[in-house]
Amino acid sequence: MMSVKSVLLVGVGGQGTILASKLLTLGLLEAGYDVKMSEIHGMSQRGGSVSSQVRYGESVCSPVIELGGADMLVSFELMEALRWLEYLKPGGKVVVNDFKIPSMPVITGAAVYPDDILPTLKKAADVTCIDAAGIAEELGSARVMNIVLLGTIVKAMGLEHIDWERIIRGNVKPAFADLNVKALAAGMAAV
Amino acid sequence: MKKLITGDEAVARGAWEAGVKLAAAYPGTPSTEILENLSAFPEVISEWSSNEKVALETAIGASLAGGRAISSMKHVGLNVAADPLFTVSYTGSNAGLVVVVADEPGMFSSQNEQDSRNYAKAAKLPMLEPADSGECLEMTKYAFELSERYDTPVLLRMTTRVCHSKSVVELGERSEKPLAEYKRQGGKYVCVPAVSRKLRVKKEEQFAALAELSESTPLNFAVYNEGSTGVIVSGGCFHYAREVFGESVSYLKLGLTNPLPKKLVSDFCNKMDKVYIIEENDPYLEDFVKTLGIKPIGKDSFPYTGEMTPDVIRKAVFGESLPGVSYDKSKVAPRPPALCSGCPHRGFFYELGRRKDVMVTGDIGCYTLGASAPFNALDAVICMGASLSMGHGAAKLLDREGSNLKVVSLLGDSTFFHTGINSLLNSAYNGGSAVNVILDNRITGMTGHQENPGSGYTVNGESAYAVNIEDVARAFGIKHVRTVDPNNLAEVKAVLDEFIPLDEPSVIITRWPCALKKFSAEDKSEFPGAFTEKYAVDQSKCIGCKLCMKAGCPSLSFDTGKWRAVIDRSGCLGCGVCSQLCPKDAIGKENA
Repeated sequence: MMSVKSVLLVGVGGQGTILASKLLTLGLLEAGYDVKMSEIHGMSQRGGSVSSQVRYGESVCSPVIELGGADMLVSFELMEALRWLEYLKPGGKVVVNDFKIPSMPVITGAAVYPDDILPTLKKAADVTCIDAAGIAEELGSARVMNIVLLGTIVKAMGLEHIDWERIIRGNVKPAFADLNVKALAAGMAAV
Repeated sequence: MKKLITGDEAVARGAWEAGVKLAAAYPGTPSTEILENLSAFPEVISEWSSNEKVALETAIGASLAGGRAISSMKHVGLNVAADPLFTVSYTGSNAGLVVVVADEPGMFSSQNEQDSRNYAKAAKLPMLEPADSGECLEMTKYAFELSERYDTPVLLRMTTRVCHSKSVVELGERSEKPLAEYKRQGGKYVCVPAVSRKLRVKKEEQFAALAELSESTPLNFAVYNEGSTGVIVSGGCFHYAREVFGESVSYLKLGLTNPLPKKLVSDFCNKMDKVYIIEENDPYLEDFVKTLGIKPIGKDSFPYTGEMTPDVIRKAVFGESLPGVSYDKSKVAPRPPALCSGCPHRGFFYELGRRKDVMVTGDIGCYTLGASAPFNALDAVICMGASLSMGHGAAKLLDREGSNLKVVSLLGDSTFFHTGINSLLNSAYNGGSAVNVILDNRITGMTGHQENPGSGYTVNGESAYAVNIEDVARAFGIKHVRTVDPNNLAEVKAVLDEFIPLDEPSVIITRWPCALKKFSAEDKSEFPGAFTEKYAVDQSKCIGCKLCMKAGCPSLSFDTGKWRAVIDRSGCLGCGVCSQLCPKDAIGKENA
């Protein structure tokens, strides 16, 4: 029996973690896995720290990932990786987007955005840092940054056997489908 | 057909499959999506009600008229609806009546952490607690049957994770129900004392029958494994417990949790040496189990507050979390929610936060964020609509005592229509000097943009009369009423200067759409060009004084290397508040 895998997608409200995790779960479901997903809506979406938790396998119990329970942490924002790293399993994989969003306490001067995030992350875990925003912009729109990051999950979790192109085409506006498919491939190539 | 859906979607689907004819709700995280999903089914009359009491009463009326009806709300919404809840429990329903309540252990988007299971007990309602989306769908369908079979409303109790987690469900088809016959039955529905005394006795008989059902229903079941440790659990905690204990313990999983099954629980516990009770918030199950003379491990080991997620259970039972990676987390800066770029509340809060001679009572919505830095503009937030009535009470007292402290009360448009409208009526009637501010962003913002009586549309997108708040205030007899553009700081300051010293009630309406709102045709004509411009900082004029930082805008930051303010072009929506704070005219419109 296959053990349950847990992928934690984190970022800042409005970055598109919800669409990325939705596509991920649709692909996993089609591939025959039992899937559970959990996310928090509401107030935290207004620029707060957000997470989408995806778990899949033969039979999944809890929809939420526990501390030390994530096989993979994908952070859409640099500092958020550090906030959520405690959820990673020893030996787990981290993909972090080289993208900083100052939080309100940083903007008002009440807190400092740490300057040594990457070294701290790298000392603790297997970390790949990618410029998902840059990759997305080169493809044509910064808005597909979330799909680039989805691509890194597909690659890192060994999910290439799922027909992601079909999943994407079935769930995004036709005008943006090609761009999203390219973004997924670019993300897969980046890790 | 199998589908991966949230608990909220599953409740909506279950109600539809059960042939529900009317659904009424007021938006509230985490319950909002139930009504949103129901509104997509053309067979169902769906309504955003003005508040939860109205929603439940609308559903009661439909049930009385013979159609299955559902009303959904967040936990604090049930407080608003508690009045009809306690009495409709006596009358029962004609067609099935289901009340959905969504609690928030952990308070992700709520002002308290009440455990609404206590309502089932207090109002004597049968209660179902689903653990996942599959159970949400099945239990919702069953709740309608139960309601009709026992002639009582049924409470379906959810929690945030059950509402917002997705799991796989099997979809069914709708089973259309003909209207139940309507008959005038004063002895059943007219709750005058003589009738209610009889219904009260009948309720106890009904509960005795439900207690028997609780012993035999497949919703309450035991799973026996090796060993002599047992776990008694309900709702989403079932899956958390399974995650931690796996097959090393036996489970008594309870789905019908009011009334609880005495014999089933006793029999289970008698087979065990040790029994854990895993539940979020109050010791609801634990208190019951203790009445049976059993000594379980409950709140003496598990926390009262927050979610009972697998790591919390693991820590409580085994004293440690799973091994993780070690690193220094201390440098991570907090990231609380903040007003969005372009938020129309920003300008108003900037001006209000500068005044130190006012007490400010706030309310429930995005504008609660006015309490945080850099605005620090609120003194108190309690519940929906309370801003205006708290402010009224404070102002009356301060005026009587001759205090120089003046009172400003503020709430949003949807919260005004919810219960604030009653508070304003009271202020107009009883006098007093509070300044009542309605932050009208043309939509219900925090919960994700639901229509309301002022927005001009219904949940189905049909046109509705857009209530004019100025007209309402004047109809109540308030003489000082003004609508202002909250992005115009001079205008905001002027109206506060004028209204705060008055010794009569006044109303300020700040009217500008939410920056995330999808504009209606009316918005486009009323607010032409809104959110289409960008501002930029002229780096040669900026002196690095940081005054613009007081706008608290996520798209405006300070580059400590260059010692200059910078605007993130992709985030700026052109409200222009920051430019009005700059003493050197360094911030201006692009291409100006």
